[in-house]
Amino acid sequence: MNREIDTTGIKIGMWIFLYSEIILFGGLFVLYAVYLHRYPQFFSEGGKELDRIIGTLNTVILLVSSFTVASSVTAVQRGEKKKCAALLLFSILCGFGFLVNKYFEWGAKIDHGIYPNSERLVNGEPGENIFFGLYYLITGLHGLHVIVGIVLLCLSLVLLLTGRVTAQRFTMLDNSGLYWHLVDLIWIFVFPLFYLVL
Amino acid sequence: MSETHSFYEISSPPGMTGIKSWLLTHDHKRLGLMYLAAIFFWFNVAMILGLLIRTELMSQGRTIMGPELYNSFFTLHGVIMIFLFVIPGIPAIFGNFFLPIQLGTDDVFFPRLNLFSWYLFMFGGLFAIISLFVGKGFPDTGWTFYVPFSIEVDTNVSLTVMAAFILGMSSLLTGLNFVTTFHRMRDKSMGLMQIPLFTWSLYATAWVQILATPVISITFVLVVMERLLSIGLFDPARGGDPILYQHLFWMYSHPAVYIMILPGMGVISEIIPVFSRKSIFGYKAIVWSSMGIAIAGSLVWAHHMYTSGMSDVSVFVFSLLTFLVAIPSAVKVFSWVATMYKGAIEMTPALLLSLMFIYLFSVGGLTGLVLGSVGTNIHVHDTYFVVAHFHFVMFGGTGFAFFAALHYWWPKMFGVMYRFRPAYVGACLTAVGFLFHYVPMFILGIQGMPRRYYDYLPQYETGNFLAGFGGYLLCAGIVIMFANLLMSFRQGVAAPADPWGATTLEWKVPSPPPVHNFVKQPDIMEFPYDFSGIGNQPGAGARTGDR
Repeated sequence: MNREIDTTGIKIGMWIFLYSEIILFGGLFVLYAVYLHRYPQFFSEGGKELDRIIGTLNTVILLVSSFTVASSVTAVQRGEKKKCAALLLFSILCGFGFLVNKYFEWGAKIDHGIYPNSERLVNGEPGENIFFGLYYLITGLHGLHVIVGIVLLCLSLVLLLTGRVTAQRFTMLDNSGLYWHLVDLIWIFVFPLFYLVL
Repeated sequence: MSETHSFYEISSPPGMTGIKSWLLTHDHKRLGLMYLAAIFFWFNVAMILGLLIRTELMSQGRTIMGPELYNSFFTLHGVIMIFLFVIPGIPAIFGNFFLPIQLGTDDVFFPRLNLFSWYLFMFGGLFAIISLFVGKGFPDTGWTFYVPFSIEVDTNVSLTVMAAFILGMSSLLTGLNFVTTFHRMRDKSMGLMQIPLFTWSLYATAWVQILATPVISITFVLVVMERLLSIGLFDPARGGDPILYQHLFWMYSHPAVYIMILPGMGVISEIIPVFSRKSIFGYKAIVWSSMGIAIAGSLVWAHHMYTSGMSDVSVFVFSLLTFLVAIPSAVKVFSWVATMYKGAIEMTPALLLSLMFIYLFSVGGLTGLVLGSVGTNIHVHDTYFVVAHFHFVMFGGTGFAFFAALHYWWPKMFGVMYRFRPAYVGACLTAVGFLFHYVPMFILGIQGMPRRYYDYLPQYETGNFLAGFGGYLLCAGIVIMFANLLMSFRQGVAAPADPWGATTLEWKVPSPPPVHNFVKQPDIMEFPYDFSGIGNQPGAGARTGDR
């Protein structure tokens, strides 16, 4: 029994999966909400210690890459393979750029003695410990999702170049793109919660 | 039908032979059987562990094992039974096998993902085994992994929660597959109110799996992170709150209870009308109550935490919500009983087990209300009353539904009939043993014996001895049932396509089904439980009955 490929069905599956990802982060946001309520002052002070310039830069990077990923899907539908490949490559580079920024940001924090179980956090105020604990957990988990997103985009690029993603059949690229938008979407919430809080 | 080949003879994808045709299969039926094999193994392991625990408790003091081993054993019993038997049991085995057939299609929507879920399941089990033998051994935290103990203890908690994490992924992907199959692959002429109730219950379950599982995933990630990095999110000395862990844990683990029971209810809704030769009473009410349980069941998690120190307002709200869940559950029980009223009852092992389900589940449900109301809960919280309650629901409910499903679908899955008499004997022995095993625990609980303790005061000895005795009866009954089913292969009495006189689609294809399930386009009945074509004559089950 050969049936036609049901792209709508595949998309439903993908959306349900993305939904489960949002709930995964939802658990952490619940923790954030409870602790923000308990330690508003420390969350506000902690937020001021984070580097807003790098944070803003990373937000811009992700937003731009989301746009280029969306454009690459349109490009492949129009049959413009080269343009699509270039857009994808650019998005992947954006992803790496994000991670590099994150590396410097985390590195600076660790230099200041702010990392889980560090002396400063263990002996300091409980609220500060919780804020930075959540910061590392949530941005860390998000970083992991960025890496997975990059892998998916790379896979799509390879499939595109070997001719298995085409104008007729681009579900893989489409779904990788959806995943990348999810990564972006979560960051859109993470950014104000940590960097712009109060 | 002799010219059709069953799915045992033809592989999917085609051209594979031997072990490869199983390990790389895309066929939902083969995957169902592979789950059956794995789950059968785990069930027996956990049953033996349970029996060892009860043997230890039969007399005061040390009987056969020390306290550390005892703690590990009850944790292992819980983890295996919950994550490797009760949660995946009915959906992964019978759901995989029958959901596509009941929907009139040839496979699930994502066959390769289905295979992947099976591998995740096996890896999860493998992790659990590894955690037994490396490091400081299996955790002794209980299956709830409560902080701060689970973070501070030096047993293999990380590996075990990772195993549970992977098993959760497997369950989530199965749910995702079922929802997509339900919407996209259903036969074009099958409307929403023409879908068999087992499939409906799987659909409701699948949504709970999708909505709730990520919460436990993140909770387990947090436990591992705390163990690796000691962030202190649940440590009061460092600003954290251990109650939050309990909230996160039960936000999944209570809905998980409905992941466990809903498919069992679906099985019963299939079996009762078939052997009553009567259309199911209240089809729509059962469908809606499934969805109602799925929704209301997601909002009651904190009733596990009345004594944890939450605010009184939340205690009252969660108590009220808990009572609401009783309504859809009772709708189902009344519908099943009403279906049998004035029906032409044909007593088969599957129906007998279903009746036992209704009785045991009702007791479990009613004692759940004792626990759900705040005043009585405070008295019996964390006592044997709770143990007895959830075993009535999980084992008397889901476990008996699982046995009923085995006896109902066995001829379809393997194409052979089993003998009835040993099945009756086994089922009755299991039920009698069950009551002997768990009723004393209700009494022990009211008398105040705490759960999970290694030793107890002299006044609890009679109850514990009786419970242990019942445990042996119970296991003997289960062994008889399983042995009888396995013997059917040796007797080799071929099963007809529809031995019970059932009407849903899986009984209109040969036993065992061909690789693409349907030889010709299936005829969808206007209503899946219309027995007018079959009438009151007894099914082949009664004719081949007792040989």
